[in-house]
Amino acid sequence: MDLSAINPVLLIASLMVAATPILLAAIGELVVEKAGVLNLGVEGMMIVGAISGFAISVETGSPWLGFLAAAIGGAVLSLLFVLLTQVALANQVASGLALTLFGLGFSSLMGQGYVGVKPPQMDKLNIPVLTDLPVIGPILFGHDPVLYLGIALTAAVWAMLKYTRMGLVLRAVGENHDAAHALGYKVVRIRIMAIMFGGACAGLGGAYISLIRVPQWTEGMTAGVGWIALALVVFASWKPWRALLGAYLFGGVTVVQLNLQAAGVAIPVEYLAMSPYLITILVLVILSADKSRAPASLGRIFHATH
Amino acid sequence: MTAPLLSLQGLTKAYPGVIANNNVSFDIGEGEVHALLGENGAGKSTLVKMIYGLVKPDSGTMLLRGQPFAPAEPRAARADGIAMVFQHFSLFDALNVAENIALGMENPPAMNDLAARIREVSENYGLPLDPFRTVGDLSAGERQRVEIIRCLLQDPKLLIMDEPTSVLTPQEVEILFETLQKLRSEGTSILYISHKLEEIRTLCDHATILRLGENVGECTPAETSAREMAELMVGSTLQTPERSGREFGEVALDISGLSVPSPSEFGTALKNLHLVVRKGEVLGVGGVAGNGQDELLGVLSGEILTAADAVKKDGQPVGRMGPTARRKLGLLTAPEERLGHAAAPDMSLTENALLTGSVREGLESNGFLKWGLTQNFAERIIEAFDVRTPGPDNAARSLSGGNLQKFVIGREVLQDPDVLVVNQPTWGVDAAAAASIRQAILDLAAKGAAIVCISQDLDELMEISDSFAALNEGRLSAPRETTGLTVEEIGLMMGGAHGMEVAHV
Repeated sequence: MDLSAINPVLLIASLMVAATPILLAAIGELVVEKAGVLNLGVEGMMIVGAISGFAISVETGSPWLGFLAAAIGGAVLSLLFVLLTQVALANQVASGLALTLFGLGFSSLMGQGYVGVKPPQMDKLNIPVLTDLPVIGPILFGHDPVLYLGIALTAAVWAMLKYTRMGLVLRAVGENHDAAHALGYKVVRIRIMAIMFGGACAGLGGAYISLIRVPQWTEGMTAGVGWIALALVVFASWKPWRALLGAYLFGGVTVVQLNLQAAGVAIPVEYLAMSPYLITILVLVILSADKSRAPASLGRIFHATH
Repeated sequence: MTAPLLSLQGLTKAYPGVIANNNVSFDIGEGEVHALLGENGAGKSTLVKMIYGLVKPDSGTMLLRGQPFAPAEPRAARADGIAMVFQHFSLFDALNVAENIALGMENPPAMNDLAARIREVSENYGLPLDPFRTVGDLSAGERQRVEIIRCLLQDPKLLIMDEPTSVLTPQEVEILFETLQKLRSEGTSILYISHKLEEIRTLCDHATILRLGENVGECTPAETSAREMAELMVGSTLQTPERSGREFGEVALDISGLSVPSPSEFGTALKNLHLVVRKGEVLGVGGVAGNGQDELLGVLSGEILTAADAVKKDGQPVGRMGPTARRKLGLLTAPEERLGHAAAPDMSLTENALLTGSVREGLESNGFLKWGLTQNFAERIIEAFDVRTPGPDNAARSLSGGNLQKFVIGREVLQDPDVLVVNQPTWGVDAAAAASIRQAILDLAAKGAAIVCISQDLDELMEISDSFAALNEGRLSAPRETTGLTVEEIGLMMGGAHGMEVAHV
């Protein structure tokens, strides 16, 4: 056992990378659920985003175009969910599960030519002086731009929900869609926008795995991150900063336990492997003991009565 | 008379299979309180939805101050000075008062300015409100204030109010009327929808009566008796339930010193409750919704368990018994919410009949159901209570509110209970059906059953109950004999006006 091999600075830097895909997907899903829609297709949209982004960045050589394609891919797949739940008024749980299964299968088909290919790398942030600072440099100023995008998105969603009229209307639609309709708000249109935003965020999260975190393409490589993100939204009580906290906590414990495994700590691997799930759930359950609750219209089908 | 503010000309709206409004025309004058009267299903709601832009008329026109008026959506109607207070409050429980109000405005000011304006307007009209309280925690009366203030902030020319008093105490109604009078004196017109005729007689200048989607007459309420208006609404002579003089027997139901917490988060705990009902007696329990009515029903039905001897039927402790055991003993209940609590919406009437009738009607043996007998039972209910439905195989959801209510009450009455507890037996039911439900309850009492009738309709309680008690924040007032009780006294029993003040005009 050699704990001295673990470098705390690198550990923190890498936990931020591990947390970003979950954070991106969770923020997107948070907006969707605030609008009163439960989309269980996060995993499917992530993996489609992962392969869309991977394929486009390999073909064009630009990781930026790759991420753009990933967002579009995720949003396009979410349109299928829109069609099922907002137009055909199908059950949201079943539609979401179907979306995940479809996304997993469809991404394998799309990715057949890309197994074993190396994607172009995205440049990391490099600010002279700041990035070279000890400790702070690698943690705060040495990452790829998408990681910062994730944090900026969290702040933007938080401010949007709390301070803007758009956020108020979105919450109103999720809270009581009949009342929002009676006041003349376009419930279905608002929900479609929210679902597509969620799809784009999930796509970005997926591409972050295939382009930056791993970087390669393998079938089913999101490996349940979408489900973690879904659970995170609930345990974070639909609050953006708590979702960030949860994602970092999960990423952190994952990285720590991998390091501990590598250092040969005398705890069975199985316990280490389950620790991120246990600790994240435990902390967020304790946090969510306050009065906050789910949007009241969450998962209910809206049917205008005239 | 000056030119009307809003003139409706030949409005028609048909839905598949039903004509909601057929060629309805009338005028609403400037600064006039205009009543729109009618039974449930007479087309009042559809009509106001057309004025508010939620529904487009198939034909007919509206003129607002002489200009053609055809709002494509509520936003357009609001822009033209039409505001509406909804029957089922269109509020968002998880948001605060200011946010709720901002949602109903076109260009709301910044939150702090809005909060200041809410304080100002609400105090002006004697309806104090804290803009930062969460709406989910407010009482029904306060929630209505939120809606009214949301409308007032837009300086409406026409305020539409859909059954605004159904959730208020008499004192709160008085304050609302003062507010409306003040609005009228400032030149705002009010379209007032209700089926409470006495109210309309005191408040409204003019009334239009709808029946089956058609305008069947207009009158000046102050000069027309409530009975005449009711008969115009129903289209036939109305029967008043008959109360036969009867002797009360022994004590059938006895609750003493009962205190229980509410099972739901926003519920009201019952505090030191005493109640005695004798055989043949109808006890009316009044009070504003949310003061412990649901909990009282739960305690009596067996959904909320208590100490064994806190609830006694014929001297036998039943506090620890569940609903089925109590049914066996003859203690039956009919809860308030028709779809979801009293009936399973997607199950057929036969299945619903089985759900509460299985014990007393012997509809099951060894876990197997006797569908034949159940169907007979359902048909008997339909027959005896004149439930309008094609047959017992129809889903409960497909019945209109009044018909389902008749079914739900009939189901319990026909099981021949010793004690029957009903909550809001005629809520949302039209006058004719309400009269027949009340008659059935009185007939049951005449046969010696003890009845507890929980209701928010004071006229109903005065009509059928022998004694009256009111629930206020989980406490039950001492019961008093109904004869000779004044509205004033009832209001005080219900806890007064919950901190409201009369508008200082």
